[in-house]
Amino acid sequence: MVTSPNLFSVDGLVGVVFLIMVAITIIGGLIACNSERLVRSVAGLIVCFVGVAGVYYFLNSPFVAMMQILIYVGAVAVTISFAIMLAAPEEKKKIGPSGPLSGPIGFGTAALLSAGFSILAIRTDWKVAEKINDGSLKNIGIQLLTDYSLVFELISIVLLIAILGALVIARGGREG
Amino acid sequence: MSVLTLYNNLNTFLVIGALLFGIGIYGIVTRRTLIGMLIAAELILAGSSVNFMAFNRFTAPDPVVGQVFTLFIMAVAAAEAAIGLSIIIAVYRQLKSIDAEDAVQLKG
Repeated sequence: MVTSPNLFSVDGLVGVVFLIMVAITIIGGLIACNSERLVRSVAGLIVCFVGVAGVYYFLNSPFVAMMQILIYVGAVAVTISFAIMLAAPEEKKKIGPSGPLSGPIGFGTAALLSAGFSILAIRTDWKVAEKINDGSLKNIGIQLLTDYSLVFELISIVLLIAILGALVIARGGREG
Repeated sequence: MSVLTLYNNLNTFLVIGALLFGIGIYGIVTRRTLIGMLIAAELILAGSSVNFMAFNRFTAPDPVVGQVFTLFIMAVAAAEAAIGLSIIIAVYRQLKSIDAEDAVQLKG
């Protein structure tokens, strides 16, 4: 049985920081899905992703945490902001729920799925395997260019095609 | 086990992932605009990434696999966001609206 660490010891403060990160993640996600305006929704998304990056840091992966902030906060959120500015929705029209029933149905589905997955995860007895390496950045680099090199190439092609396709689709219908 | 040692427990991270997934599902069902749905889809992808990273840290024999998988999820999410947003801009140019209920031209 693990004893509870003192709140003001190093372990206790680490636990407090983790709880703060979890709270940031959940609150950001709720803002992203509930705010009236899309700009606030994107701001909530950014807050949520910063929290997720903190959670990754607690999972021994500072590299993935950094990539999370770089790619999601730095690129995806900014792209969504650009789209909101280009396809500006009329402020007069509410962007709220799409029907009288969608709120309760959505909440019911979400609560059912979350509770189901959580109970499933807690009840299952997960087998822990022996670690064969330390998961450091060096090992990630080596495996990315040896075992996973085909996937690496494929994802590069997917990104290239996505960029070209986005340009073609967004440009179509414009004069000149 | 106390609240302050939760970060050393696999179940905590699985519950966080499930909550993010649920919030994303709620957003997809209730949102009216296409951009709002896209934002909710990003939340679902974040939830699945948290799950992969949690198993990677606690149970997987090779702790590289989950990180590589999460990186690929990020790349696919970026591609999805780029394509989705350009489609939304094209729809907006055609219909002057990003409301999902207005894009019904294929309706018979």
